[in-house]
Amino acid sequence: MLRGLFKLTWVELKIFLREPMGAIGTIGVPVLMFVVLGRIFQKRAELSADVTTFVAVFLPIFATILIALSNVLSLTAIISIYREHGILKRLKATPLRAQTILITHVIVKLLLTVATLFLLVLAGKTFYTAEVQAHPLSFAAAMLLSMLSILSIGFVIASIVPTARFAQPVGSVILYPMLAFSGLFFPLDALPEPVQVAANLLPLTHAVGLLQGIWTGGAWSDHLWQVAALVANFVVCTVLAGKIFRWE
Amino acid sequence: MAATNVIEVTGLRKTYGKLVAVDDVSFEVREGEIFGLIGPNGAGKTTSMECVEGIRKIDGGAVSVLALDPWKDSQELQDRIGVQLQQAQLQKRIKVWEAVDLWASLYPSTVDGDRLLEQLGLDDKRDAWFMTLSGGQKQRLFIALALIHDPDLVFLDELTTGLDPQARHAIWDLVRDIKTRGKTVFLTTHLMEEAERLCDRVAVIEHGRIIAMDTPAALVREHCPERAAIFQADGEVDAAVFERIPGIASVDSGDSGFTLKGRGDDFVSEVIHAISESSIRVRDFRTETPSLEDVFLKLTGHSIRD
Ligand SMILES: Nc1ncnc2c1ncn2[C@@H]1O[C@H](COP(=O)(O)OP(=O)(O)OP(=O)(O)O)[C@@H](O)[C@H]1O
Ligand SMILES: [Mg+2]
Repeated sequence: MLRGLFKLTWVELKIFLREPMGAIGTIGVPVLMFVVLGRIFQKRAELSADVTTFVAVFLPIFATILIALSNVLSLTAIISIYREHGILKRLKATPLRAQTILITHVIVKLLLTVATLFLLVLAGKTFYTAEVQAHPLSFAAAMLLSMLSILSIGFVIASIVPTARFAQPVGSVILYPMLAFSGLFFPLDALPEPVQVAANLLPLTHAVGLLQGIWTGGAWSDHLWQVAALVANFVVCTVLAGKIFRWE
Repeated sequence: MAATNVIEVTGLRKTYGKLVAVDDVSFEVREGEIFGLIGPNGAGKTTSMECVEGIRKIDGGAVSVLALDPWKDSQELQDRIGVQLQQAQLQKRIKVWEAVDLWASLYPSTVDGDRLLEQLGLDDKRDAWFMTLSGGQKQRLFIALALIHDPDLVFLDELTTGLDPQARHAIWDLVRDIKTRGKTVFLTTHLMEEAERLCDRVAVIEHGRIIAMDTPAALVREHCPERAAIFQADGEVDAAVFERIPGIASVDSGDSGFTLKGRGDDFVSEVIHAISESSIRVRDFRTETPSLEDVFLKLTGHSIRD
């Protein structure tokens, strides 16, 4: 069913690395930012316990979510460029399916993300003293699930935006409010009831909840509801994207 | 035994908003033939072809390709057809060999990609990025991609546009070769010479409707049956001699000599007969036979290049 998936993924990965800013932009910049930010806060950590919490709890989650969001934006940008330039139309005249093309780009993004995270962890080990309570594999699983669920929002946007110029603002308009109400920056309990309900409908909120929980050593059984929400979001968005996918 | 139809189109209609691009178009393409669609810019050639390929959804009528519904059975159909689109792009930084390799991985069975590139004169561009290819080279790559899986039915939308004469001849050979191997070809072209040389049958489309369809020779016979004999004669000649030639339609005499127009397969020999009967001394005898270009001009009222 997913004929061509492996070849296409391999080709897309090579193409991506050939882009002038490809590897540096996606892998280099986040790692550099992480190190610089960490350096700055590390110095203050000696003064305040709050900052330690910030570095130990907030920063990893924030980095994960930011990577996920940048993946969404880059996915929508690539697909809309392919659509605008008629590459998708050419691919339609082959046995390739829309899903295969989307999944290909997801795999490329995940591979790059893994590379980025690997470097981040290395950098973290070098520069941070903060203790990590989470089991690495457990946290990796939570990340993978969150990443896929957030990316699936990107499928839907990527399936319909006509041009690359549209993709960026549309993506931002949808993603940044989600980020604001995800509970990452301030606790949701502080918000009025209706806003809380709305926030709980957003997949990002559940991603943040799950990541925070697992990162601080929580058990998966305490987060079943969030896992279910993320899986449901992924399934709905993927099916919807397959239905509304426009080739040109 | 009648050949089976590989493509059957009945009453095809396609609109873009208010614009009716294709209206009540019907034709069939028989197994093993080369069928050409010709018509001026914007006539609806690409639209018709893309409806048949399953790339565009039709608004009315019925289309059947290899006994499949091109829209509903798109997946199954794509395995068996090869498509070259009039306008297409690939990823900027994909290499030529990677594109061929990728396409090869999409189909159950394929031909030798390197040989195909060689036939199309692209072997020295194997490692070039798509974005660095010239227009004609891109065109040739797309033809390679259409043929990589040796499909039963090949669609070529303006197959030689932008190609130099050498490449054009190479591709004509390739298309004839496809036909020799029993495959079917459906093409569009703006070159009447190309249609005449390659196509077993052509359909002329204008404003979204088919206005004529037959073999090139039959179209010429039907729409432009007149041939012309043009010559210069020495001394005084009585034009009345020519008026008696069977099938004669017009006799013109000017500074450059006589132009006789008439119909019938024997017309030219009748002219020669009349000349020798009357012992007229002739310098410079030539004939003009109408071509598909003339048919096109007559049917659409303008040249294909307008
Ligand atoms: N995607 C589209 N959206 C709107 N109108 C379109 C679209 N594609 C084609 N048209 C219109 O439909 C008509 C037929 O176009 P089509 O591309 O089928 O012509 P064509 O015969 O292939 O012309 P050409 O010789 O220039 O390739 C034209 O008037 C064109 O403007
Ligand atoms: Mg066209």
